[in-house]
This record gives sequence, structure tokens and C-alpha cells, in this order.
Amino acid sequence: MTSIADRARGIASAPRDKWTAPVVIVLGLLYPWYTETLQALPVIGDFVPSTESMVVMVAFTMMALGLNIVVGYAGLLDLGYVAFYAVGAYTAGWFASQQFDQVTFSFLSSVPSDQPGIHITMWLVLLMAGLLTLFAGIVIGLPTLRLRGDYLAIVTLGFGEIVPQVFKNGDSFFGFDLTHGTFGIAPIDAAGLPVLASFTSLPKNFQTSPNRAMWFYLGAFALLLITVFCTVRLRDSRLGRAWIAIREDETAAAAMGVPLMRTKTWSYAIGAFFGGVAGAYYASFRGGAFPADFYFQFSVFLLCMVILGGMGSVWGVIAGAMILGYLDREGLATIGSKIQDAGLNFDPTKYQFGIYGVIIVSMMLLRPAGLIPERRHKIELEEGVHDTPFYDVEHEGTLTDRDPSDD
Amino acid sequence: MGSTATSVLRTMRSPNVVNGLGFGFVGVIVLWLVVNFVKDPTYFLNVGLDGLTRGTVYGVVALGYTLVYGILQLINFAHGDVFALSGLVASTMMLSVLSIDTGSSNVAVAGAVVVTLLVTVPLFAVLNGSIERVAYRPLRNAPRVAPLITAVGMSFIIQNVSLALYGVDYESGSELIPQGVAFRIGDVRFTWKLVIALAIIVPALAVLTWFVSSTRQGKAMRAVAQDTEASAMMGINVNRTISITFFIAGSLAAIAGLVFFLEFQMRYDTGFELGLIAFTAAVLGGIGNLPGAVLGALLIGFIQSFNEGLLWYAPGGDWTRSIVFGILIAVLVFRPEGLLGERTPEGA
Repeated sequence: MTSIADRARGIASAPRDKWTAPVVIVLGLLYPWYTETLQALPVIGDFVPSTESMVVMVAFTMMALGLNIVVGYAGLLDLGYVAFYAVGAYTAGWFASQQFDQVTFSFLSSVPSDQPGIHITMWLVLLMAGLLTLFAGIVIGLPTLRLRGDYLAIVTLGFGEIVPQVFKNGDSFFGFDLTHGTFGIAPIDAAGLPVLASFTSLPKNFQTSPNRAMWFYLGAFALLLITVFCTVRLRDSRLGRAWIAIREDETAAAAMGVPLMRTKTWSYAIGAFFGGVAGAYYASFRGGAFPADFYFQFSVFLLCMVILGGMGSVWGVIAGAMILGYLDREGLATIGSKIQDAGLNFDPTKYQFGIYGVIIVSMMLLRPAGLIPERRHKIELEEGVHDTPFYDVEHEGTLTDRDPSDD
Repeated sequence: MGSTATSVLRTMRSPNVVNGLGFGFVGVIVLWLVVNFVKDPTYFLNVGLDGLTRGTVYGVVALGYTLVYGILQLINFAHGDVFALSGLVASTMMLSVLSIDTGSSNVAVAGAVVVTLLVTVPLFAVLNGSIERVAYRPLRNAPRVAPLITAVGMSFIIQNVSLALYGVDYESGSELIPQGVAFRIGDVRFTWKLVIALAIIVPALAVLTWFVSSTRQGKAMRAVAQDTEASAMMGINVNRTISITFFIAGSLAAIAGLVFFLEFQMRYDTGFELGLIAFTAAVLGGIGNLPGAVLGALLIGFIQSFNEGLLWYAPGGDWTRSIVFGILIAVLVFRPEGLLGERTPEGA
């Protein structure tokens, strides 16, 4: 057993090559320009995702990073994250489509200003979606966050089921069509740069521009960079350290003066914020918010990204989200067609959630800290937490066992 | 936000407001039921009996959740999917292996039910036990979210096993059992469905009650549920007791699966929704409390039937899920210990 000082050093230092981040950012930013070159490569070319898929993968990554704040930092299991995605998507639907054609209002939007409905520029709508989901997170969090972890999981699951059902059935709230029922809200305005477009050659509307996928990808990538920056800075802030303290030992954190409720509510609200922004952007890319998109499995899909990559680890979650997002968008279908070419009759897309289940279980059993572990979390998972059950002490030892070399 | 949040919370936790809201909520429901009853008593009772049929099945599934929760404090998400798979295996047993069809005599059907149970009950006891052995036991020292996450993963795996074996079609045995009304009291109709559900489930519950309250192993289960460490010190084999709990939960799932197959229709993903309903029932009754699970399940069964069946201001089937989860959230917020549970130091 290493000395306590060594262990503390291991937690604090993060020996990451200083070139990794800039290289990844540049490669990511330039992706639309070399996609076709990669796709032309023999053998691996078939497995290279298109820019179009990358937009969705990046949006999923933002959601996974938001979920990571709740699950990875604060250690609260949220099984209803899809509710925030839904709120974000519907906010985009309300403020940037013809849903409320009783009014005509336009603000810096990419659609002509004489169209009925509320049309606010997508960039402002993203912020509104984030704030609305943040508020939703507080509303959901306040009554429930004082519950114990596993009860919280089930309550969030409940909200994850209720919110989409409300959207689905919300086409006549006392005669008022709020969500357009099972049809969803479509079309939703596309993101664009209408102000800049008036004096540069930038596109006014991404959806109608010839390089549609590229522009959406660049927008998504910019949002992702902001998200990563915020989550990293949050993690190292006073609030972030309080989250991690709660995750490690709630009782000890409370004894040290961390206000449990306030801290947990913030993790919930801020995690929700990014889900809302990503949901609204994805809705703008898809051109609609459809209630069939918001199902429980999606929450677990996002959770699976966080677990695969490593709970609490930003690099890990990005990697996990990209891998699973790729499998969801293209990977499983590509692999399936290869399998069928080889003469086997097996369709992996049909069993995608079973595959995610296998990933979840095997990661938890074999490598619980994820592909790219966060050091501190790894130590927690490997050495157990304070409430080590007594009956396994003879096999496992406890955290308080002392090794002669410690002295 | 912080200070407002805590002050709002403080108001919420103050017992008067909580009690007032809780009583108001229950009062509205009671008023709604009374008005519906007065408008058409016979219809109301018939809908209620339909709820009783559902409630008994939910109860058996809910017991599986509550047994496991009581002993491990783990929400076994996979339980609902074990239930669904067991129902599908029961359909294979009844329809293919024993070749029961609508023309078979009632005696043959009853015999087939017994044979099916003799096969599925041990099979799913072992399956459930193996899930615990493979997916939950290695994580007993990990933070508490870890086994919960594997439980979600196991749920998906089992659901996909059902999908791979049985595809997306519904299987139903409701044509096999006698149709229509078994007997009536006044205009209130007791259907065969209800009679058969009770005939299978009541003996199962009696055996369970006897096992838990009167056998040595049942005593060990209660001891482990109460205090794992103390029972380990008293020489109880904790791991074996936990395994046996999972065997029992699996057997109950198999019984519920057969009954559900006979009364309703099921396919690979039935277990997800039904599992959530049953879990809600377990929480409503007080998780870890066996009579509570059955009581909660009956209440949920009634609520679902009344919601979908009653005519005066019933929200209808579109809202069933929201109502069930609304109840779940309300119970957890207002009375986390459930109807029959005891308040624990953790507050939930």
C-alpha cells in the first residue's frame, strides 16, 4: 500500500500531455474538410462517420457531459435525463417555429419576418432552452433531492416518463394546443447567421445552405467547446469540489459544512442546462421536436456513455459519447451490413439496447472507472466507500486497515 | 437561488404544509371516487373488480421488488424483465410443449398450468439467483449507485434476450381460460379471470407468508434485512440468504408471468412498464414491507382501472403512466416510508 502522501499526489496531479487538447480541438474543427478523404480509404473508410452523423454525435456528447455533472461529479443517479432533452427541444419548438401562429414575432431569425409564429434567433433560443431546463431541473430537484440515491434514481425515472407523456398528450390543455400531440412540432427554424449574412458570405440559414452539415457541425462543435470549458471549470470550482465531496461521503461533506441540498440542486440544474441546450440545437438540426424521441432507453443510452467513458472524467465521457453516438448513428448499421455480407443473419441494430446493457454491466464489473478513468473516482471504486459491509471485511479489508509501511 | 431554494424546501418539509397538501390530494381522489360510485354503483364495482384482477398480479411482481430491496437496498430493475421472460417461456410451455389450444378441456388447461409452473418456477428462481451472483454480488462493496447501474444494464440484457427469442409479437393465453362470468352477486360480475388469478396467487402468497414468518430460513431473511452485520455476527450465512431471497423473487416472477400471460397479453417489453408499476406499488406500500407491497399493488390496480374505466372526469389510458409516476413521486415526497413502512433514519 502506498503512503497517504503518494495517494494524495496521485489524486491531484493529472499528467496529461499538454498537446493532446489542442490537437484534438484542431482535428475536430477541421473534420468536415477531411471526412471524404478518410471515407475514401480502403477497409476503414466504411467506418468513418459522415459530417451529418457527427452533428448528432456532438449533440449527444453535450448531453452526456451534462449528465456527467449529475452522475459523475455529484454521484446522483439520474435515469430521467431525457426529460431535459425534451424540454430543450420543445422550447426550440415554441420560440422558433410556427407553433403559436396566433402571434407574429420575429427577432434576428433566419426565416422571413412576416411568417406567423414566434421566430427568435436560434442562438438566443438555445440560451432560453438552457435556462428553462435549468428551471425544470430545480423544480424536479427540490422535492426529490433529499431522498436517498436509489430513490432519487426512480423519481428521476418517473419524471423522465411523465414529461414526455405530458408533451405527447399536450395538444389540448383546455383547448390550447401547446405541443401538437403525437405529431410534434415541425418544422423548427434552423440555426443561421442572419446578421452576419447581410454583409459577409456566411449562410443566413444553415438548413438551406449548400454546406448544411458542415455549418451545423461547426455550430455544434463551438457549443461543445463551451460545454467542455464550463464543465472543466465547474469541476475545479468550489461548487465542483463540493459535488465530489458529496459523491465520496455525504455525511462527511455535510459535517465539513457543505450545504447538501443547495449543492445537489445546483448539480441537477446545471446538468439539466446543457441537456436543454443540446436538445434545442439537435431539434433545430432535425427540424422538429417529436414526442417519440423521448423514451426511457435514451436516458440509459446517455448514462451508458458516461459509464463507458468514465464517470466524472471529461475526456472519458467525450470518448464514451462519441463511441456510442457513432454506434447509434452509423456504426451498428455498418457492422450489421458487414456481418450480413459475411453470410450471417444477425442485425445488431435490433439489439442495440441489449448491446448497451452488456456494455454497462461489463464495464461496471470489469472496469468500473471507465475507459479513461478519473483518478479520484477510480480510487473510490477500487477501495470501496466508507460503508464497507462488515461481512466481507475478512476477504476485502477496509479502508481503515493500516499497513505497516504506512507508519 | 440557494437561499430561496432552501427556504422553499423548509416550507415543504414543515409537517403542516406537507400534511395539508397530502390530505388535500387524497381528499380530491376520494371525492372523485365517491361521485363516480354514486352515479353508477354497479359499474363502479365491476371496474373495481377488474382493478382487483390487475392488482393481484402487480402484487406478486411487487413482492419480488420489495423482498430484494428489503435485504439489499437495491432496486432490482431486471425483475420486471425476468417476469416478462417467464411469461413468454410459460407461453411456449402452454402452447407449444403441452399443445394447449382453445379446444382443450378445462381440466387439461389446469393440468398444463401446474406443469408449466413446475418448470418455470425453478427455472426462473435459478435465473434470478444467477443474475444476483453475476451482476450484483461482485459490487457489494462498491458505491451504492454501482449495483443500481448494473441492474439497469441487466434489465436491458434480459429484455433483449426476450426480443431475440420471441420477437415483437404479443403472446396471450386469454383464450385458453374459461371466458365470461363465473358468478354474480346482484349485478356485480365476478369473471373467471379474477377467480383464476386468485386461485393461483392466493396459495402462492400463503406459502410465501409461511416461509418468511415460520421457517428458519425465513427468519434468517428477516434478520439480514433488519441488520446485515448483526446477523452475520450471529452466524447467519448472509450470501446464501441473499441468494435464497433472489430465488424466491424469481419464483414469484414466474408465477406472475404465467398469470399475466393467461389474463392479458405480453411481449418482450411488457416487463419494463409493468415492473415500474409494481415498483411503485412496493414503494406505495412501504418498500421492504411484504403486506405493504400487496396493499400498494391492489391500490395501484384499482387506480389504473378506475382511471381507464370510470366515466366521470377520468383522465383515461393516455395518462396512466403519468398518474402512476405522479403517485410514486408524491409518496416519496410526502411519505417516503410508504403506507405501512416505518420511518428510517435516512429519511427515505
